[in-house]
This record gives sequence, C-alpha cells and structure tokens, in this order.
Amino acid sequence: MIYLDHAATTPVHDEIIDEMYQVEREVFGNPSSLHAFGRKAKAYLNRARQFLAESINANENEIIFTSGGTEANNLAVIGTALRNQHRGNHIITSAQEHHAIIHIMNYLQKLGFHVTYLRVNEDGRVDVNDVKRALTNQTILVSIMTVNNETGVKQPIEEIAELLQDHQAYFHTDAVQAYSLLDIDVKKTGIDLLTASAHKLNGPKGIGFLYVSENTPIQQIQFGGLQERKKRPGTENVVGAYGFYLAAKKALENRKANFARYVRLNRLFLQTLEDETIEFSVNGSREHAIPTILNISFPGTRTDVMLTNLDLEGVAASSGSACTAGTLEPSHVLEAMYGKRDERIHNSVRFSFGSLNDEENVVEAAKRIAIVVKRLTKQD
Amino acid sequence: MKQNTRVVVGMSGGVDSSVAALLLKQQGYDVVGVFMKNWDDTDEHGVCTATLDYEDVARVCEQIDIPYYSVNFEKEYWDKVFTYFLDEYKKGRTPNPDVMCNKEIKFKAFLDYALSIGAEYVATGHYARIRRTNGKIELLRGVDEQKDQTYFLNQLTSDVLRKVLFPLGELTKAEVRQIARKHRLHTADKKDSTGICFIGEKDFKKFLSEYLPAQPGLMKTLSTNEVKGEHDGLMYYTIGQRHGLGIGGSGEPWFVVGKNLEENVLYVEQGRNNPYLYSDSLIATDVNWINEVEDTFRCTAKFRYRQKDTPVTVTKLDDDRVLVEFDELQRAITPGQAAVFYDGEVCLGGGTIDKVMKNNEQLRYVG
Repeated sequence: MIYLDHAATTPVHDEIIDEMYQVEREVFGNPSSLHAFGRKAKAYLNRARQFLAESINANENEIIFTSGGTEANNLAVIGTALRNQHRGNHIITSAQEHHAIIHIMNYLQKLGFHVTYLRVNEDGRVDVNDVKRALTNQTILVSIMTVNNETGVKQPIEEIAELLQDHQAYFHTDAVQAYSLLDIDVKKTGIDLLTASAHKLNGPKGIGFLYVSENTPIQQIQFGGLQERKKRPGTENVVGAYGFYLAAKKALENRKANFARYVRLNRLFLQTLEDETIEFSVNGSREHAIPTILNISFPGTRTDVMLTNLDLEGVAASSGSACTAGTLEPSHVLEAMYGKRDERIHNSVRFSFGSLNDEENVVEAAKRIAIVVKRLTKQD
Repeated sequence: MKQNTRVVVGMSGGVDSSVAALLLKQQGYDVVGVFMKNWDDTDEHGVCTATLDYEDVARVCEQIDIPYYSVNFEKEYWDKVFTYFLDEYKKGRTPNPDVMCNKEIKFKAFLDYALSIGAEYVATGHYARIRRTNGKIELLRGVDEQKDQTYFLNQLTSDVLRKVLFPLGELTKAEVRQIARKHRLHTADKKDSTGICFIGEKDFKKFLSEYLPAQPGLMKTLSTNEVKGEHDGLMYYTIGQRHGLGIGGSGEPWFVVGKNLEENVLYVEQGRNNPYLYSDSLIATDVNWINEVEDTFRCTAKFRYRQKDTPVTVTKLDDDRVLVEFDELQRAITPGQAAVFYDGEVCLGGGTIDKVMKNNEQLRYVG
C-alpha cells in the first residue's frame, strides 16, 4: 500500500513511540499533584509547552493543551464569541474552513451570532478585500485557516492580521495543516488565536494546542479543575503533550529539508501523471499551495469510484469529507471555489505527501492512478 | 483462479448478504463488500438507519476480512425507482418498487459500478439460483420455497445474469442463519427488514401523503352504486384489500374491488369470494424474457409475491406485451404488480400487470 493521505493523519515516528513509552512508564504522576510525582509530570508537560510556545514565538502561558485541533477550534471560537459578545455579535469566516470551524459557526448562529461565510476565488484563496468589506463595528472575531486541508492553498493570513490591527476583532487561524511546515510567528504576524495538532506531523493522536495571546480574553467552555489556567480543565495528557513536543521538534529541525523534499515529490508525481498522458487538472493555486497537498480533478471519473479503485490498487487517498453511511459528500471546499454546478466537485481526489513517501512510491502511485483513470475513461 | 476473480457483493447490513459475502470468500474469490445508499432517511434527530446498517456492514466485513466501501445511488434511485413508484400510485395502481430497484439499481447502476472497480461478478443475498450450461444462462427459483425471490428478479436479462452470482440459492433461510451463527457474524441474529425499503417501519399512509395529495371521496358498491362510506384517497387502497374500510354492520366482510379515478370513487363488495374480485386473463407490459420463448406456450405464473403458481397460457401480443389466460379464475389480480412466468424451477421472465379481464372484457375499474 502506498499512503498518500498524510493530510488526514500521519504515523508516529518510531523513536517518538519509544520515547513516549518510556515517559508513560516513568512519569505517571498527575501534574496537579504537589508531591514529587506530580512535579516530575509537570516538568515534562512544561518542557513540551515551552518548546511549542517558542516554535511560534509565543509565551508559555499562551499555550493551552487540548485533545486536538477540533477542541482547540471550539475553545477558540466559542470561547472568544461568548467572552466578547458585549462588544458585538458578528463573526467572519470562510466557506472553505474545516468542518471543525463551519459546524461551530453554525452552532453560534443558533445562539444568535451573525456569521459571514466568505466565498473564495478559483485559486482557493480568501480575498482580503472581502474580509475588509465584511467587517463591521460589531465584528468580534475573524477565523481563517492558514492552509486549506483539501487544496493545500495558503491563505493571506498576514494581510488579514494586518487589516485587523486597527479593529476590535480578534484573529484566529486554524494552522493544523501549516504548523511545522511553514514558519509561523504569531507576534510578528499579529495572530490572536492559533490551532495546532500533533497527529498531522507524525505525533500522537489526541493532543493539540490552542495559542491564545495574552491580550485575548476567552471564556472557558468546559468546567472542572484549574488545569491550563482554567481554560481547559481536566487532567493533562502528559505523554501526549510530550510526544507532540518530540514530533514538532523533529519536524522543525528538518523543516527546510522536508519542504524541499516535498517540492520534489510533488513535481515528480505531477510529471509522472503527465507522462502517462491522462487528463487532469490541479485544483487551486499552485503558486500559493504547500507542496504536501495536491487536489486533482480527473475529468470523466467519479470521486467515490476513483477512491475505491485506488484503494483496491493499493493507493490510499481521499477527498472532501465522509458523509453518512460511508458515502462521500461533495467537497464544500471545491464548492466554495467553483460553485455547486462544476464537474470538478464530483471528480477530484486529494493526494497528500509525507513521511511515508519517497520518489519511488510516488512515481509508482502516479502510474497506478493513471491505470485507473484510463480504465474509467475507457482509454485502455 | 478464483483468487483472481473479483466479486463485488451488495451488502445491506442484513444476515443474507453477510452470509453471501462469507460463502464467496470461503470459495476463494477476491471479495469486495459494497453498501448501497439509495435513500436519505435522516430523521429529525439526525439519525439515519443507513448509517447503522453501514456500521453492520463494516463489522461483518472486518470479521470475514474483506475490504468494504459505500456507494451513493440516491439520485438514481429517486429518478428511476421512486418517481416510477409515485407515478404508479397516481394512476391508482399498486407498484412493486423492489422489481424496479433490482432492474435499475442493483443490477444496473450497481453492476456498472462493480465492473468499474474491476469486478467480474456482482453478488447479492437473493434466494435464487443461476444455471449456466454451455453458455446458456437460466434463472432458477431458490431452493427455499418460502424465500424464493425470483419474483423480484423477473426483469433481469441473461446478459445481466451472466455477471451475477447468488450464493444463497441452494440454501434455506434457516441454514443461512445457522452459518451466520456458526461464524459468529455480527448480523447473525439481526431482524430481517420488512416492507418497502424506503418506508421501513413507518406508517405507509403517512409516508405516501407526504408526496402525493390525498383526495378523500365516496366508497360505493359496484353492483348497486350504493354509498357505503368514505375513503381517504384512492392511492391508499389496493384491489382485494379487506382491512381499513371501516364498513360496519352484519354479514360477510367487505373488499375493495375497483377504483374509479375520474369520479374518485372506491368500489367495494361483500364476501371474500365476490365475483367482482375474479378475472380470467390479463395483459402484461414491459415483458422481459430471460431466454427466447415460443409465441404461445403453457407455463405457470405468479401474480404477487408468495402466491402459489397457477397454470396459464401465454400469448405474445408484440415485443413487450403478452396476453395471459388463466386455467382457473384468479382472485384480486392487481395492476402494477408483476406477472412472473415459470417452467418448473426455471423463471422465464415477467412483466407488469396492466389490464385485467373477464369474459374477454376489461374490468373497467381495475387498472
């Protein structure tokens, strides 16, 4: 099997698994306990917190560990909305956000907030002018992802952050796909809230963090103990946080080399598809995309049939999101880019590269994809 | 050989298709399980039985170690089956959506899908057999007489059947349950689904009223034109129906014997064996022959599922219409249902009951 679905999740590096096992055996204490066991656990947790904070140029006390990206997004969006509703009830986001933003926004609408879902252009980018036009004196939050998880397209978050410098609205970005691959500096950019998750960068599942700048007031949405400065009560996932730290450290140390490798694999993959003379087109701007994600339309095919064929041929890829009963729903990201009537929303597949790929298996995958496309479009 | 032959099994999450997949896997085929989602029944709580059924498919496929997928035919089902279903009710007939589903979805859209993922055959958990002799393909009744489902498969052509496997054809339902239990399949004791798939356990009348406007009208006797009460809408009644008429009084029970669409009148008569319920011949349309037949021949026929075969003479009227003459008068023949023909254990094909006749005259208010 060739794994081309690293944007969904990634395997934990072997040496990180080993080290996490060791930590779990040796450090079982509750970080809230005042005795030696607790202090030791807290030390591990804080080592992780310190590293992760520094990785985005934040302070330690600005990092809240969560169970992952979804929880971090919930805390960021709901927490900010509830805490700041005295200043306004308007929120801006885009129609191509992850469901872990869209569905939170839908919930806030039920609570009475007004939400603007910005369209994106065919490049898959939010236009900063649209953000500007949507802003009102009631706007309290703007949430735009750093990199789209289906197209890999980087959003103009620097421009948006700059735009918001003179506005009361806080700026949240879901950086789950970008963190560890792109250089992120929350202070320099002016980001108030940022979401990251470990399992997208060869860390464990079940751990993520929310960066909340010191100047951003949020309300807790979960109640219990005093952990994470009361913003996220519950006994901390020490070994998870530590695994997150190890994975982030490794990813950041190798960031430039990894990036260059993925650019090579990306080119090689597309070149092989071209050499196989099948018809395809890449969805979204290539200029603004990170090299690990390619969303490709294959005219004359159907996404579900493609994915089933690819799986049976030993290539693991994916598309938008799963719907009920294991079926696929048309990608809301591609719908936001092209509208509901475009063929591309029904014939596109996302391929995402990562640690399990090398030149050989990327070329092999492209060849198998070509075989399937030719069969489905009766070219063989 | 068989390990290189891919079979796609249509899996519903029930015990029959679970065992079908298991048996094919045991025979050495390269088996792929696929769940068809044909209907969106998500309720107000966001619960969808298809999701629960798909979870059962996933559990069973894990147990027998085959890959599984899901495919969405909601649009095809709506266009080809449900639209037909409503149209027939509008015409006052009683359609058989299962026959149409097999013809248009399971053995057309799904078959095409299976071929597109490299399958040589599709398989289902139907109780029917296929006999392959020197290139000739025949559809045979399932060994379990109680469960035989060839009635619903009458529209399949030999070209389609060539690409189909029915692994349960030689088994009884009891044996299928036994196999499922022996292998501890997750679905071994799952209750069989009943009724029309998209209606499920829901109230049929209520369901239909959500799609078609009901026009209440009078209930009269056909013989004397005497008003006996009111009906809720002609589409809710079927020929031969006894229950739900609400006619009290003494004497024999009342039965539906006809519908007058122009005047919106439901005709009823008294007595199970009332002559108005009986006919001696019918005309069927959209007739499919699995293999060539003579222009006129003797065979047996079924006019509804689980009815006993009755001897008939079939005469071709044109390419897809036949006249069917019964040896004995038949009770409550219902337009819209299938007429299916048999030669012993071989299912010859079938069509849709269009007109019902007695003494060479069409029964005016039937069909």
